[in-house]
Amino acid sequence: MSLLAHKHMLGLVDYSEQEITMILDTAMRMKDILDRPVKKVPTLRGVTVVNLFFEASTRTRISFELAEKRLSADTLNFSASGSSLSKGETLLDTALNIEAMKIDVVVMRHKSPGSPHFLARHLDSVIVNAGDGTHEHPTQALLDMLTLREKFGTLKGLRVCLVGDISHSRVALSNIIGLKTMGANVTLCAPATLIPRDVQKFGVDITHNLDEAIQNCDALNILRIQLERQTAGLFPSLREYQKYFGLTRERLAKASSPLTILHPGPMNRGVEITSDVADSEHSVILQQVTNGVAVRMAVLYLLAGAQPQPA
Amino acid sequence: MQRNYSNFEDPARARNLILEGARVVDPRLKLDAAVNLHVHDGILTVAPADVPADADVIDLRGHIITPGWFDLHVHLREPGREVAETVESGCQAAMNGGFTGVACMPNTDPPLDDVGRVQWVMEKAAKWPVDVSVIAAATRERAGKELVDMSELVEVGVRGFSDDGAPIRNTAVLRHAMEYANMLGARVFQHADDPDLSSGGAMNEGEWSTRLGLPGIPSVGETADVLRCILLAEYTGAAVHICHVSTKDSVQWIRWAKEHKLPVTAEVCPHHLFQTEESCKDFDTDYKMSPPLRTEADRMACLAGLVDGTLDAYCTDHAPHSWEVKMQEFDVAPFGVVGLETALGLAFTHLVPNVMDLAALLERTVYGPREILQQPIPQIANGAPANLTIIDPKAVWTVDPAKFRSRSRNSSFKGMTLKGSARGIVNRGFAVIKNGRSA
Repeated sequence: MSLLAHKHMLGLVDYSEQEITMILDTAMRMKDILDRPVKKVPTLRGVTVVNLFFEASTRTRISFELAEKRLSADTLNFSASGSSLSKGETLLDTALNIEAMKIDVVVMRHKSPGSPHFLARHLDSVIVNAGDGTHEHPTQALLDMLTLREKFGTLKGLRVCLVGDISHSRVALSNIIGLKTMGANVTLCAPATLIPRDVQKFGVDITHNLDEAIQNCDALNILRIQLERQTAGLFPSLREYQKYFGLTRERLAKASSPLTILHPGPMNRGVEITSDVADSEHSVILQQVTNGVAVRMAVLYLLAGAQPQPA
Repeated sequence: MQRNYSNFEDPARARNLILEGARVVDPRLKLDAAVNLHVHDGILTVAPADVPADADVIDLRGHIITPGWFDLHVHLREPGREVAETVESGCQAAMNGGFTGVACMPNTDPPLDDVGRVQWVMEKAAKWPVDVSVIAAATRERAGKELVDMSELVEVGVRGFSDDGAPIRNTAVLRHAMEYANMLGARVFQHADDPDLSSGGAMNEGEWSTRLGLPGIPSVGETADVLRCILLAEYTGAAVHICHVSTKDSVQWIRWAKEHKLPVTAEVCPHHLFQTEESCKDFDTDYKMSPPLRTEADRMACLAGLVDGTLDAYCTDHAPHSWEVKMQEFDVAPFGVVGLETALGLAFTHLVPNVMDLAALLERTVYGPREILQQPIPQIANGAPANLTIIDPKAVWTVDPAKFRSRSRNSSFKGMTLKGSARGIVNRGFAVIKNGRSA
């Protein structure tokens, strides 16, 4: 039984400010558990969670698995390589077969946008989207928001700039939706070729000038740039990208006030961010990782473990 | 003895049949009257003086009878993908949807790129009361390099050539295909697209592709190719037909071409007239088609183009796919949507009479398509072969793909309530009329 208005977490698009606040507040309580000597509570005892990762992932998969174990859920892991998928089985059949083994929650990473929505129509289980292609990655956005809220106290009015490959990011859209829902101002900074069409309809500002963006924001969320985008002709070279869109200490020094630096990882050090920035006192990158476990605990608890209060 | 005209599997012969009481409309003959029609061995008598005592009489009061509708763009999937559709099931779907003629596209497996394969389809279709015109591939294997044996194909009746499913990408090959086909009195049907822009896309590029994180297909890819076709038509004088137009700019440029008397024709599909990209919001693959559903501005431009005749034909791009292949992730599932069995109902729900009158609609569904393919124009006249579509304009029904005659169910109009339905057809000496038991 979910305490949220939703059975699943497919994306942040349908989540209200109240719901996101509830998740972030719950995550803060979960974070306390992570600081205890015995980092485990029985909240999800008897609940079986399968982590269906059809795409390679390190931190998200481990983060979810750890969150499940901290809540005492029974956890199963699936990876596409060596599975029936490689023998031609469809996604739906794979999922139906796994569900037939009586699982309760599916945490899913898949390269196809909408694949968790597709499974949600056919499975009874609670579905948690752990990243569907270039669509949403809601728990990443939630952990980013939690990290920012810890730092600034509120998200309302906060000026956040996402820098990098917005078009191909699984992080950007959930961040835009979540931050806008929470009242933050969002700017996107990237080469024109990496900005998705009509994205301004989300109410974001767009700039192609990182120096200008730095002057007008409180936090920068740096997204990974992939070499294959260059070979696809989306920008001329990594060198040029680094020169105009890479975050360096020199560039950061031009900010009118100290900026908070986020990065969802994995980082290309020396490309979109230099090491002296990534490891600086302004970086909250490792705090994001810690908060990821707390957020995922909160989401799993609210969707699958919490009992509604009697009326 | 009562004869049953409701049998789709084994259509009854129209040997001696009275269609009684319908409004009979043939705009080009200036016929619009409530008259009886007598079909004797497939030949028409309009307003017969006497009703033969032994005739089968079907009461069609409240119905409309028009010359038989023709769908200029369907995929019958045979040979190669019989699980999705066959010539037989496709013809039955056409009959159920009120079409007496269809043009089938060559992107079968193997493709319809030689006389043997084309004639094989024609022979399979010959037993059904649907005129099946084959659009042959324009290039061998639809590979876009060498022209097919166009002269031989024209000799067996082909009047259209297309690599549909994909454009002829090489501009020189496209030019030569147009010129050669034009020499033979045929024309190229171009699936207008720039694959360099659209490759990898799953839906229209715009607000909704961004919202859904799906790779986009930019509208400029279609329009750029439309412009290429128009320029070649102007340069060579050869005719070209633009398939399934979906963008505002395509409509505008085709209108410009027609204003400049260039030999350019075009068609539009119901889904591009009545649905937009927003329909993809639940990642339902029944809304995944090529070209994709576009914006409201594109939709309105397509509607205007149909109304003013910029777009010559209202066709379905009937593209059957089995449940198995559509029941996949959105970006993985194939493009395509069935349409034969909903097009008429959609036209009567959304077009007639609010957007266009019946005569204008028949220009796009009866006359225009056949003129493009140089097929005989059916007439509702004494002594003419009976080639009729029977319409119940007041029937209210809900689209239930499970009831389709097509082998496939991938309809983007599923669940929609429509007003107006195809009651049946008469053609090639047969009559198929739902609930068509003679009195």
